[in-house]
Amino acid sequence: MTRLTLPVTDRDHMQGAAAAPVTLVEYGDYECPHCGRAYPIVEELRTNLGDRLRFVFRNFPLTQVHAHAEMAAEAAEAAGAQGHFWEMHNALFTHQNALDSSHLVQYAGRLRMNAAQLGEALAAHTFRERVREDFMSGVRSGVNGTPTFFINGVRHDGPFDLSSLTEAIDAVAG
Amino acid sequence: MSSSADAAPLPASALASGVAAPDFRLPSTPDQLVSLHEFRGRPVVLVFYPADWSPVCGDQTALYNELLPEFHRYEAELIGISVDGPWCHLAFAQDRKLHFPLLADFEPKGAVARRYGVYRAHDGFCERALFVIDREGIIRWSYVSPVGVNPGADGILAALEDLAPEEKTK
Repeated sequence: MTRLTLPVTDRDHMQGAAAAPVTLVEYGDYECPHCGRAYPIVEELRTNLGDRLRFVFRNFPLTQVHAHAEMAAEAAEAAGAQGHFWEMHNALFTHQNALDSSHLVQYAGRLRMNAAQLGEALAAHTFRERVREDFMSGVRSGVNGTPTFFINGVRHDGPFDLSSLTEAIDAVAG
Repeated sequence: MSSSADAAPLPASALASGVAAPDFRLPSTPDQLVSLHEFRGRPVVLVFYPADWSPVCGDQTALYNELLPEFHRYEAELIGISVDGPWCHLAFAQDRKLHFPLLADFEPKGAVARRYGVYRAHDGFCERALFVIDREGIIRWSYVSPVGVNPGADGILAALEDLAPEEKTK
């Protein structure tokens, strides 16, 4: 059984009730098509499970395969520093084919963030270390591709369609 | 002509920690050969995998490619091995932008995998197996993953850390 080595804490970006009985952690890459397919599934899970589910997203950009994945991850973190992580997260997963820096800055503007500040953070790679920290925590936890999910700290090795994930969550939290 | 290594009985399962890693000489490109002993003095991570283009291998090699800087922190060399021929490896490495060598255990097919105890004779390809070899050429960790499961890199990194405890504090 492969377990999450870095526990979920305040450093993480979370959605849902803090006291939820189930925590779903995703290690993902904003340019990865499989993560793109997982995105609406996670949204649906969140709707279905409501207060029973807390969702955490951590970065796992495969930069050698996906040219824009690192910048996109840094943009999400930069947006997070402005208090808008999830808005950017949604924008990235719904625009997976347009993740170059100019688009990233545009999304920030459209989402009423400080776009100039986000652009500067991207240029200076302010959040590179943070993204690397996420990535290495994933490697140490046995993340072997994207997306990789952990349900209450245990790696989910099955498929990630809605019914498989729902079943796996129900098995943990009845 | 047959050396003592050739005459040694083939292991029934993956060579374990403490065993000297069998030396080999295999093509890394259509006109280049690589020997294991060339890496003596540095840790080596040997990654046996079933085939170049199968989806799981793709993810596994992509992950290791991404982690090369981590492996290099331990001065370790990462080497992939499968029964695919050198031209196939070349196309695969170019397509996936891999920055580590892929060796062709192609002729006689699977000979090196057999000596490491990780050949699947009934399938005609090798196991998804990992070996971490120390600076003196001794196997210090080995792991065979189910063929369909990408083993990730956590075990490799932990083994490299054990080889070089002083690295932990860096």
